[in-house]
Amino acid sequence: MNLLALSASAIGLSHYLIVGAMLLACGLLCILLKRNAIGILLGVELVLNAANINLVAFNRYVAMRPDGKPVLDGQIFALFVIVIAAAEAAVALAIFLNFYNSMSSVNVEDASKLKG
Amino acid sequence: MMNLEAILFYLFALLTVASAIGVVMSRNIVRACMLFLGSLVGVAGLYFLVHAEFLAAAQLVIYAGGTLILIIFGVMLTSRSLATHDEPRRREVWVAVPIGLVLAGALIVAILRRFDSVQTKAVAEVPYPTLALGQSLVGDYLLAFELSSVVLLIVMIGAAYLSKARPREPKDER
Repeated sequence: MNLLALSASAIGLSHYLIVGAMLLACGLLCILLKRNAIGILLGVELVLNAANINLVAFNRYVAMRPDGKPVLDGQIFALFVIVIAAAEAAVALAIFLNFYNSMSSVNVEDASKLKG
Repeated sequence: MMNLEAILFYLFALLTVASAIGVVMSRNIVRACMLFLGSLVGVAGLYFLVHAEFLAAAQLVIYAGGTLILIIFGVMLTSRSLATHDEPRRREVWVAVPIGLVLAGALIVAILRRFDSVQTKAVAEVPYPTLALGQSLVGDYLLAFELSSVVLLIVMIGAAYLSKARPREPKDER
């Protein structure tokens, strides 16, 4: 199985998983490369979205009860991830505002007061 | 001849991944937020394609309408001039980019090996998906649902406490 054969076939689980993998890599790069704390927050949100794509795709193509009935567990998990992501963004921004109040910057390199 | 589903999938996938790469590459934080909006819209389109309509709507309303606005307010409250650029160090780029590429490559190879015959047959659909979603939120997942409301309350109190206006410390020169 290679990418060429995949692109010729009908849309299936692997396609969504590959989009999720690329989004995860972008999010990780964003976390690693940004100096701005809000940029790092954006990277975390990208990673959460990648996880959500996987959850929803598995829910569509794999998940069912032992008796063959369909389930919606993946979608519910994704819904909770969205809620937690919103909560996380609120707390993170409150911390950044506090940090900006004392340091006049949101550059993570300036957060070095606890350095030994 | 590709069918409509394939065309829409590649369109939304391209929008999602290209915007995400744009978020990584852009040096301007406001531009990164706008590109992130493109990524969110693409993910919402992918949700539509896997028949998760309620989730797609929730993604647009909560993420694009709520979280992203919150982040943009955060940007506006914390930057002196909106055009500030942050350049990553060259050494860090040389470490981080290979890490990202290796991660993406390893995941894609693993996915292609594991799911060697493409699983294109979807499981049977739930008859009324949104109804079933609501019923399991107040049924099987009632505890998690209630706990998430407690989490949101705590977050609201915590965020309000953390970000309350405080006099700026007089002795900072920067």
